[in-house]
Amino acid sequence: MALTGLEIYMLLPRTNCGDCGVPTCLAFAMKVASKQASFDECPHVTDEAKEKLGAAGAPPQKLVTIGVEKPLKIGNETVMFRHDEKFYNPCGIAVLVRDTDDVARKAQKVKALSFERIGQVIEVDTVALECASGDGETMKAAATELNQSLAGMPMVLIADSSELLAASAGALAASRPLLWERGGPSDALIELAASSGLPLVVEGDLEKCAADAQKAKDAGIEELVLCPGDVGPKEGLQFLTITRRAATQKSYRPLGYPSLIRVTSEDPVAQSLQACHYVYKYAGIVIMDTDQPEYILAPLVARQSIYIDPQRPVQVEAKIYEVNEPDEKSPFLITTNFSLSYYSVFGEVDGSRAPARILAVDTQGTSVLTAWAADAFGPEQIKKAIEKSGVFDQLAEGYRRPVIPGLVAVISGELSEEIGQEVIVGPQEASGLPRFLKNEWPKLVG
Amino acid sequence: MAVPDVKENFSGTINEVTIGATSEEGGTRTSTVTIGGETGYPMLGFEAEYPHPPAFALEISTAGVEGWHDECRKHLADVAGDLGAWAAKCEEWGADMICLCLDAAHPDNEGRSPQQCADDVKRVLEATGLPLLVWGTDVDEVDNNVLPKCTQAAAGENCLFGTAKEDNYRTIAASCLADNHKVLAEAPSDINLSKQLHILLRDVGVDLADMVMHPTTGALGFGMVYIYTTIERGRIAALSGDRLLQQPVLVNIGKEIGRVKEAVSPAQADPQWGSHEVRAPLWESASAISYVESGAELLVLRNPEALRQAKTAIESMWP
Repeated sequence: MALTGLEIYMLLPRTNCGDCGVPTCLAFAMKVASKQASFDECPHVTDEAKEKLGAAGAPPQKLVTIGVEKPLKIGNETVMFRHDEKFYNPCGIAVLVRDTDDVARKAQKVKALSFERIGQVIEVDTVALECASGDGETMKAAATELNQSLAGMPMVLIADSSELLAASAGALAASRPLLWERGGPSDALIELAASSGLPLVVEGDLEKCAADAQKAKDAGIEELVLCPGDVGPKEGLQFLTITRRAATQKSYRPLGYPSLIRVTSEDPVAQSLQACHYVYKYAGIVIMDTDQPEYILAPLVARQSIYIDPQRPVQVEAKIYEVNEPDEKSPFLITTNFSLSYYSVFGEVDGSRAPARILAVDTQGTSVLTAWAADAFGPEQIKKAIEKSGVFDQLAEGYRRPVIPGLVAVISGELSEEIGQEVIVGPQEASGLPRFLKNEWPKLVG
Repeated sequence: MAVPDVKENFSGTINEVTIGATSEEGGTRTSTVTIGGETGYPMLGFEAEYPHPPAFALEISTAGVEGWHDECRKHLADVAGDLGAWAAKCEEWGADMICLCLDAAHPDNEGRSPQQCADDVKRVLEATGLPLLVWGTDVDEVDNNVLPKCTQAAAGENCLFGTAKEDNYRTIAASCLADNHKVLAEAPSDINLSKQLHILLRDVGVDLADMVMHPTTGALGFGMVYIYTTIERGRIAALSGDRLLQQPVLVNIGKEIGRVKEAVSPAQADPQWGSHEVRAPLWESASAISYVESGAELLVLRNPEALRQAKTAIESMWP
């Protein structure tokens, strides 16, 4: 949490020397508090004061990095509601593997949990390995194999004691795994994490997490992850909410870390829904005990959705998109490059299995009506976009007839004049497209 | 240093709205549904009160299941041609309410007459004891002809009727007032538009406590998060005391699922996504859970399997 002007003033020499360019220390402090000046602009400030201010200026929730090759970075969140700013670092979605599993086969399954969606890759990006064998060497062998076959995918190592964890932690130290001793960390594990520089899970209720986090920090461990243990979705939400609030609203350092939670239900449907629950509400890592894509897809899409920056409309590239291999007689649809508009149209066309071309006109990522009202989706802009795309060269005579959204039917006449072609008014909503493409389009083109 | 108290207290409460009337209340429903009443952000039992879990309605349509996706239709094959049987089946499946969509009145369909629609409403009321939500066609002229007949046919049953929109609210408001029903107020994804509509409705006599709001709906991955944020913003304002946003929230999810490729694409076409039989209902229940996370209280679904999944999940999450 930022310091107030008065608190900053107390850290200054209070000599009113003016060397910073501001006549008094108090005025300077006010400027610093409102972020119009930097503390460094005072040439006389002591190192001790700098440190104090630095600590106060540190992010309320620590950034934790797990893995090296394709690291998972979690934490550094600042708000409870995405519209207040945004959610910054997408949580890890992890699949649980036991060291008694067929690890090679599991690794193949995990690798397959990668999909492309609205132009982004969404995938399981973390793996959690649990020592179910009760043998540290078995776990180490599994950890090494997983690490190799998953090309260093960030890993959480889970075992009942620090002795069991030691071998795997040592073998994988260069890959920076997260160490989770159930019910821990014990002093032995804190020592191990401190000497190897690895991130560590502290597990328990809020008080225990805070106390253990303080202890680990005192031992020199900077990167910690909080975990409530094996709790249900009610307690889980409570833990995740309170830790996030304590960090972001109260600057309470002992809970100023991201959290890890493991879904506890055995039913895969319940797992999937609980995982979504935790993705929305503040988890840093969610561990699922399933490797089936049908159960993992929804949490992955939930994560993709909630981490969208709400201040910046998500745009697609303004160009022609070909869907279902269109030919020279396929319909030519026009929409905006607001990703929701485009993907609504795309989804309907794709879903109806009709071949078509979609032109996403650059409207700076605004929707059809908003863009039209702002003069960004009028006859002129659409004409320019059509010309730039060269789409008419791909269409046969008689098929160069753009279909515009029904919401902007009023521009059809003017657009028709501009481009010298007939303009077809399509349905108002993208949802009307399947019917339009199936029933109306064939009639229109005879 | 003790863990700080981070509890939040609010001055506002979400309105409690009851739908349905039993014989003591002048209707014929065997159960009623009450939604709302929360005093805090969703599902935080350590700081607020949550008197009613979210309610789930299953949708039935006067136009049958034409256009519904196969994984949903397969549950409905035996009942889709018979509104009464369909409604009774929904009750059996555990729905809290029936959402009757008057799609057949739409000019693109058979253009069913207002009297026929009213008969449909009656038939459903006879076939089930559940409270009823009646949803018009979204074509203003049609709704204005059809809905008054339907509110009349359901007089005394304390139904929820929708949708009232900024440019078409007078007729539905008057009809609901005349026949004592609740009003579903629909404004697209913007709390200011919702407030404006609630003011308009209030000005023609609808009590703020008799409204349910519909900020429109997108499925998970298809606009859900925009609506999610709209609901969250509304909820913050409501809890801070804004009476124009204290109406409970409805989302209509079932019909959105048919547009989601991840839910409807068969496994042969998209083997990487795994079992289609699992994905289809799960997308619907996951969308429902997403909305409950943001504050929605009344969720309309189509797939009975999704209903079962969502209800089970809510049971494990609700304080």
